[in-house]
Parts: sequence; C-alpha cells; structure tokens
Amino acid sequence: MDPVQFFSTSRLLVVAGKGGVGKTTVTAAIARAAAGQGQRVLVVELEAKSGLAAMLGAGTELPHDEVVVATGLGPSGQGEVRARLVTPAQALLDYLEEKGLRRLSNRLVRHGLLDLVATAAPGIDDILVLGKVKKLERSGEADLLVLDAPAAGHAVRFLESARGLLDAVHVGPINTQAREVLEMLSDPARCQVVLVTLPEETPVNEAVETAYALEDRVGVTLGPVVVNALYPHVEGLDADPGEGPEAGALRDAAAFRRARLALQDEQVARLAAALALPQLHLPFVFTAGVGPAEVGVLADELLAGVAELAA
Amino acid sequence: MNDLAALVGERSIVVTCGSGGVGKTTTAAVLAQEGARQGRRSCVVTIDPARRLADALGLAGLTNSPSRIDGPWAGELWAVMLDTKGTFDDLVHRYSADGEQAERILANRFYRNISGALSGTQEYMAAEKLYELHESGRFDLVVVDTPPTRNALDFLDAPSRLTRFLDHRLYRVLMTPTRAYLRAVNVAAQAFLRTVSKVVGGDVIADAIAFFQAFDGMETGFRERAVRVIDLLRAPSTAYVLVASPKRDTVEEASFFAAKLAESGLSVSALVVNRMHPGFGAGDAAQARAGVAGDPARAALWRNLADLRQVHEREAEQVAGLAEEVAPAPVVTVPLLHDDVHDLVGLEAVGAHLFGPGT
Repeated sequence: MDPVQFFSTSRLLVVAGKGGVGKTTVTAAIARAAAGQGQRVLVVELEAKSGLAAMLGAGTELPHDEVVVATGLGPSGQGEVRARLVTPAQALLDYLEEKGLRRLSNRLVRHGLLDLVATAAPGIDDILVLGKVKKLERSGEADLLVLDAPAAGHAVRFLESARGLLDAVHVGPINTQAREVLEMLSDPARCQVVLVTLPEETPVNEAVETAYALEDRVGVTLGPVVVNALYPHVEGLDADPGEGPEAGALRDAAAFRRARLALQDEQVARLAAALALPQLHLPFVFTAGVGPAEVGVLADELLAGVAELAA
Repeated sequence: MNDLAALVGERSIVVTCGSGGVGKTTTAAVLAQEGARQGRRSCVVTIDPARRLADALGLAGLTNSPSRIDGPWAGELWAVMLDTKGTFDDLVHRYSADGEQAERILANRFYRNISGALSGTQEYMAAEKLYELHESGRFDLVVVDTPPTRNALDFLDAPSRLTRFLDHRLYRVLMTPTRAYLRAVNVAAQAFLRTVSKVVGGDVIADAIAFFQAFDGMETGFRERAVRVIDLLRAPSTAYVLVASPKRDTVEEASFFAAKLAESGLSVSALVVNRMHPGFGAGDAAQARAGVAGDPARAALWRNLADLRQVHEREAEQVAGLAEEVAPAPVVTVPLLHDDVHDLVGLEAVGAHLFGPGT
C-alpha cells in the first residue's frame, strides 16, 4: 500500500496495547513515519510522563499547549510533528469555558468535584478527553492525529466510555458529546485503532482479547497490528563456533537467539491465525534506549512494512 | 537462604508493586509459594492474572475467597482473585445497620459506579482484602499484587479516599436534614448542583444524593476500618517488593514507585528485576564486535554475541542505577525465560532464580 494512502485512511489513529509492549515507541514511530510522507501530524498523549517527549526529542514532559517537535519533513517539506498533552481536568476546563461556565469550572476543580461527578457518571473523564480529541480531529489543524491510548484493559474502557455514558446520561451537553465521540469512533474514515503487541504468549493473547473487545463493544475499526521488538533473523547462526576462548559464549548466544527466533515465529503465526488483521513488524532495538534516532529507524521500518501491505 | 527468602519467612504482609508487563503477578505468586515451602500458611491476592497463570492457581472462576493450591510444600498455599465489587459489597453488609439499608445501597446506581469504576476503588479494595485476610488469622503471610498502574500506590492512600469523599463539603450539604437550613446556608451549593445537573443530567445527581442518604450512619465504621487498614500497610511487618524489568521506561516507573514509597515514609524491602538478558561469557560487547571483522567465517556469530551483550550491558546499567536508589534493599534478577509461566513447575523455576537453587 502507498504509505501516503495508508496514513490518510483515518484522521485519528489510536495506538493501544498492554503495558510494556512499546505502545509509546510505536506512537512516536507512526508520527515520524507519517510526517516523513509530508503529513502534518499531531501526537496526543494522556499521561504526562510516558517518555513520549524524550522519544520525540521534546524534553521530558509535554505541555497542554502544542509544541512543534519537527518541521520541514517529507518530499515537499510540509511534514511536521507536533505534540501535546490532554488530561481530563484540562479538557473539562476547556469544555466548560466554551460553554460559558468558567466559574463552575473553577469550583469543580478547586473542590476536587471532578471526582464526584466522574463517580456519578463513570467515563465522564474519558469522554471529556475523547471530546477534546474529537475537537482536535475536526479542527483540521492536523492531517493525522496519533493518540497514545491508556494500557490495554483500560483502553477498552476508555473507548467504551461513550456508549456507557449514553446509557447513563440521557440529556444535556455530555450526552451530545458522547454521541459525537461515538460517531467518530465508529467511522473508519475518521478513526482506527492500531494494536501493539510483543511476539510472546501473554501479550499475543491479550492483543487478541483486546481486538475482539474493541470491535464488539466499541465498534471501532482495527488497523494493522504492530508486533514490536522482533529479533531480526540472522543468517549463519549455525556456523561452528570453533575452539577459541569465546567459543562457549558464541555457541550459547547463538542458541539463545535461535530459541527466541523460534518462539517469536510461533507467536507471530499464532497471532495471524487468531486475528485476521495485517501485521506490521518492528525490530528489537539493541542500542541503549529509544531516542529520536531510534524512532527514525523504526519509522523507516514501519514505512517498509506499510509498503508491503495489500492496498 | 537469601535475603528475599528471609523476607518471605519473616514478614506477614508483602506488597508487590511495579508497572504492567514486568511479571509482577508471577513474582507475587512465587513469593507466596516460597512462604508455603518454608512451612508458612501463605495466601496470594492477585488482581488480573493472565489466564493460564490463573488456571494454574485454580483461579479460573472469579473467586473472592481463598482457594487452596496443593503442592509439595510443608505449609499451605492459597490464592484469591480480587473481586473489587464483591469486596465492597461485603464491607457494606458488614457496616450497615440492617439488611434493608444494605440493599438500598447495593441497588443504588451511584454505589454501583463507585464499587465498579471509581478510580482508586480497586486499590482500596485490594488493601481491604489484605486486611481482611490478615485479620482472619488463617494466614501467616499475605502477598498482594497491586494494580499495574502508575496510581498503584494510591493503595497507601486508597482507604482514606472514600472517607475523604464523605468528608466533602458537598456530602455534608446533601446530608443536612432540614431544607430550611439548607436553603439558608447553601443557596450557592444548590445553584451549583443545578448547574452540574444541567451538564450531566438530573438523574445522575439524584442517584448521588440517594446514595449519600442511604449511607447515613455507616461512615463511622468505614472510617475506623480505613484507619486500621492504613496502620497495617505501614506496620513494620509489611514489606514492599518492587518489581521491574530492565528497560528504561519500566526502570523509570520503578524509580517513581520507590520515590512515592519514600514520600509516604516507607522503603523498598527488596527489588526484583525480571526478564534480564544473559551476558554470555566474561567479555564485553566491544570485544565481540571486533570479532565480526577479525573472524569473518564466524561474523554472524560474533555479531549476534555483540548484540546480545550490548543488551545485557545496557540492562545491567539500568539495574545498577535502580539498585543504588533503593539501597540497601537486596536486588534479585531473573533471566528472560523462553516460556511464559503458566504452571506450578514454571513458578518453581522462577523461584529457583529468586531464592537460589535448592532452598
């Protein structure tokens, strides 16, 4: 598939997966890859300390206001990456301010009443965040929004909040908000979920469960699954390690690599059998940590994978 | 016996904390199993085990009361899968004046939201369950797995969350019995509630008011119990075991947990680092890298060795930094295993790494 076409399929990509699978890394790589194709990308993160800022080379923490992370990317130099944080409290303040309820918003926050309201109508904090995301999606200020979603179990609850709230709140602006968010989530031209997993047993099981839960309970369209941290296959691991002082280490390391490769091949096949979704593969990063340079490499890998997808 | 084994043998509560995907649930199960091996009556409370581990522990169905796991140990091993709502329901039954009050609360929609979804409730109920099991006198050791969220240590604070809720001015307004008084003093509060109703709908506020009215009279019991739960969490017989994997982001999370514990006047009793890549021999990555050019016939082997040693070195560095932060807590590492743990044999294998072979 042409990468430009791939990244224009939906305005919003929600990146979801269980803790520790590299969801944030994948979010950064997708953003960079799309910007490299000339898109204006806005990355949205929901937790202040996800490490996303560092991966994008934007300091240690993202602010509520957009920061420009990279510009002049892509063939015509139009591509750019911007990033921002969206939290329930800030989304609520923005929302109430728009409705001319600034005084109310101050009191809600000052007295910690968001908690009470969120308890009375669970999911309200999620819907505030999603409402804000929807607003960003509608504004047209970015060609593509990439949202680093909460970890797996919570991702389902997060995206389900719109439907849940429609049952609990029958009238008023929150009802409207929930309806509009649901419209966005269930329209594949506007939103897709990209699941991230590792080539290991438990993460694969959880990715499959999350995929079904998202389709059945949220009605959202699933994009390709990203299998992260795959050891690249190496030719020549069967060579004779010889008799040198490091022969034992060479042999053991080769055996370890072969075992990991066999394990990951098995899990990748199992994932393919259980989920009829195309897969994008990202390599294990051997160097120290994931910074902007590694994100660049992963973005290229992602583009290569996208090019191989069926149109 | 290593320090971690000694800890499991001495303490009455062990809390494992760490971010998602680091093997926290498995570690908790192995610690409880070691307790049983040492002849103690031990019980593990898990939050959300992967299915096959749950099967191995006999937790396939949701069981909020301990089920016994048989095995070759001198003591007893029990496991509980925390049912947040069930635990909360039990509390309501315990402190309600009569069955009628309990029913009124349990049927209230606002209560159902609190017991199912209020952030912090899972942490609160984990603490509550731990207290209940400890108080029952049936166990020498209770190991509890915390939820895999950044807020897991709200655990320490969770029991006071609900009571803070009850202390809230709005609650007192809602509970004020005379309407006249309410009108006189709280016109502003009323206006406020009306505005909130406009935003979220009237039923929502009506449910909340009905809940607080139904709850009347139960706060004292809840409050006193919350104080006892907090005392137990802070008791010297309670140990906190930090679980991490050697990746930079999870190490940062672990370091955040350590700081949060310190803020609460508690310290990390032990650090467990799972999923360590092995080092393969005594040499370093640079030496192996040199072999790629120096020994072309085995270039692939050398490159592979260099890559894996590089991972190991970078992981060792991460762990060293974290170990320093939690010093003098003992640090135990477990290598990356090729199979996920989903039976008692798997738990034993992890145990051999945690406590040394043949303990």
